[in-house]
Amino acid sequence: MVTHIPAAAERVATDAVSGADGGRRRRRTRERRDALRGWAFITPTVVLVAVLFLAPIGLVLVMSGSQWSLLGGFQGMNSPDNFRNVLADPLLGDAVSFTLRYTALTTVILMPVAFFLALLVQESRRWNNLLRTAILVPSALGIASASLLFYALYSPQIGPLNPILARLGLMDLNSSILGTPGGALWATVVLIVWRFAGYYMILTMVGLQAIPRELYEAASLDGASRITQLRRITLPLLRPTIAMTLILSIAGSLLAFDQFYILTKGGPNNSTLTVVLLIYRYAFETKRDLGMAAALSVLVLVVLVAVSVLQLRALGVSRKEGDR
Amino acid sequence: MSATRFRPRAAAVMAGGLLVTGLAACGGDGGGGGETTGSGGGTAAASGEGVDDGTELTMWTRAPLERQAINAVEAYNATHENQVALEILPNDDVEGMVGSAAQTDSLPDILAGDVVRIPYWTEQGIFTDLTDQIGSLENVDDLQEGHIDAGTLDGAMHTLPFVTDISVMVWNKDLYEQAGLDPEAGPTTLDEFVEHAQAVAALDQDGVAGSYLSGQSGGALVFTLLPTIWASGEEVLNDDGTEAMLDGEAAQAVYSAYRELAETPNGLGAGSREETGATWTAPFQEGNIGVMPYPYTAVTGMFEDAAFEVGVAAIPGVDGGGSTFLGGDAIGISRSSENVDQAWNFMAWLMSDDAQQTVFADNNDTAASLTVLADGYADADPRTEVANATVADGRTPVARNFNEAFNAAGSPWQLLIQDAVWGEESAIGSHNDAVNAVLAP
Repeated sequence: MVTHIPAAAERVATDAVSGADGGRRRRRTRERRDALRGWAFITPTVVLVAVLFLAPIGLVLVMSGSQWSLLGGFQGMNSPDNFRNVLADPLLGDAVSFTLRYTALTTVILMPVAFFLALLVQESRRWNNLLRTAILVPSALGIASASLLFYALYSPQIGPLNPILARLGLMDLNSSILGTPGGALWATVVLIVWRFAGYYMILTMVGLQAIPRELYEAASLDGASRITQLRRITLPLLRPTIAMTLILSIAGSLLAFDQFYILTKGGPNNSTLTVVLLIYRYAFETKRDLGMAAALSVLVLVVLVAVSVLQLRALGVSRKEGDR
Repeated sequence: MSATRFRPRAAAVMAGGLLVTGLAACGGDGGGGGETTGSGGGTAAASGEGVDDGTELTMWTRAPLERQAINAVEAYNATHENQVALEILPNDDVEGMVGSAAQTDSLPDILAGDVVRIPYWTEQGIFTDLTDQIGSLENVDDLQEGHIDAGTLDGAMHTLPFVTDISVMVWNKDLYEQAGLDPEAGPTTLDEFVEHAQAVAALDQDGVAGSYLSGQSGGALVFTLLPTIWASGEEVLNDDGTEAMLDGEAAQAVYSAYRELAETPNGLGAGSREETGATWTAPFQEGNIGVMPYPYTAVTGMFEDAAFEVGVAAIPGVDGGGSTFLGGDAIGISRSSENVDQAWNFMAWLMSDDAQQTVFADNNDTAASLTVLADGYADADPRTEVANATVADGRTPVARNFNEAFNAAGSPWQLLIQDAVWGEESAIGSHNDAVNAVLAP
């Protein structure tokens, strides 16, 4: 059975290219059978995509055009009121600008850290396995669990950091690290870098190890220094990996929710309110309006798609990959 | 080749899409029961005591009132055929869980909720109309009104008082003595409150402060600050809860009192400005605060356990008087309950003077029955009587969007207090406008 698949696929492909020639009817029934079988093979995927991806998006699109309260449910269409209400909300501007700042900050810090960690542990030297494991362990923790862990660390009542920072003269012993806008932002950035550095390090390592050894050998023979090798070989050949990690980091940061929901609840005074936290508030806390939450979700989705496409373009990944 | 080109982009799009849509969609099931009026529950109205036939009833309440809820349910289960299974929800998750249960018609039989959330729930048709049943209660006029009013919509009643949580002024008698104040006399005016707090602050002891404020918790702030405004004869909301008057004379006096304390060294405890409400009762409990408005449910435990003596009085107005915030939870029967008569049996029993006595009064908790409040605390601590006496002058603010305007994290009311006490005083007016924008229908 299994051997039929590539054969059938090949036949369909060659037929499509070479066009029809003789024995039409038999071939047609065979084609139909092949096509049916093909559909049978992709059906699970189609169903999964439809149920898990298309249906929710469809539902959110409908919701965004309806009056749909958390407790009362669907109460008729009201398009485009939800979008108007969302865009008129004074909190939206603050949330967008904070989310962008947070995204820039985490990405600018996280990417180089991950890159240098990957360079550091790339060679298999004596301690590197231990080092790799140690750096990767936080990635095994869920963001929510990690946030709770840091919540305890930052707590002025039970956390160990307050006395340390107080002794260094950086803050008052009894005030909270999460109590000021700057403190809350940096506390979250530290958490995220700790949680994700290992993950991005592994991704970068895979990219590094895909670069052929011979290139470095040849460059060494030509007398290129380590820095030149890094600039002329590693970075250019790592471009697809860098693009991928950048997109993951930026998309992930734009969608930041768990860490802020647990650590700061958007506080103090809405200074760490992210866009997704605002969606959550619309749906479950303040407006209790699923319609408005859906409208903002649709806007975020559109922006996210646009940002990802622009990024791929800007990094030149699509063309280069296609041509190579 | 084109596959490699497509994949990263598609993956980014899909990842983004799934994450975003997953979040917004999880509250809805696509069905959407469009019930918007406060009727429902297919069973014919039963009056009197309801039915006690061994039915399993489900009930939800929230974590802060866990102790009182368990007392009530255990007492009922021990004496009735019906058995109530109690589920405790985390305070922050209540709205979301009730919302998703409402959309899938899986609400519990009996639902208790923060009284400030009740008007909105009632309007959204969460509760069964209990007008006939409540009307048939013998002692309905003897029950604390705030929690019934909160669930009354167009004359139809839906809720009864469950746990009453009131705010009182408490002071640390030990610190008062050290500061040269009369430990038996708490503040009777707003000025005295400031004077007392400043006297304690002047002790300049390590970690000790005059007073404390939960600056980032809108819920704690209404609970502690509004009674002074009411006691001064001013209103906070108009009758239908669509307009706020948070820039009135008494309100301004409250803000400047706390501003004065904030500017006094040790005037307000460290962390007041950043306190999100999770630990706002702790500093007083640890004996580090001189005088502050405080939830009475947290006071009774301190009579025996605290290392210092606690004084209790009504929260005073600007020039005297007293009032309290009638908070806590109201209770009703959900629209999806199929055991309305049995659930009513629990509620009717809970309203009886006997139950009010054993469940609440005997545990030093505040009863909802005025008769029990007056007579049921003969053996109780005299401070409980002082607290109970405030109920008659207490208030529950009722507004459809109260939660968003006041209680929610980062609410305009929270921002108002932040500016009024620590920031730009001149912004009070514009914050009041922001509160009004939320309250307006």
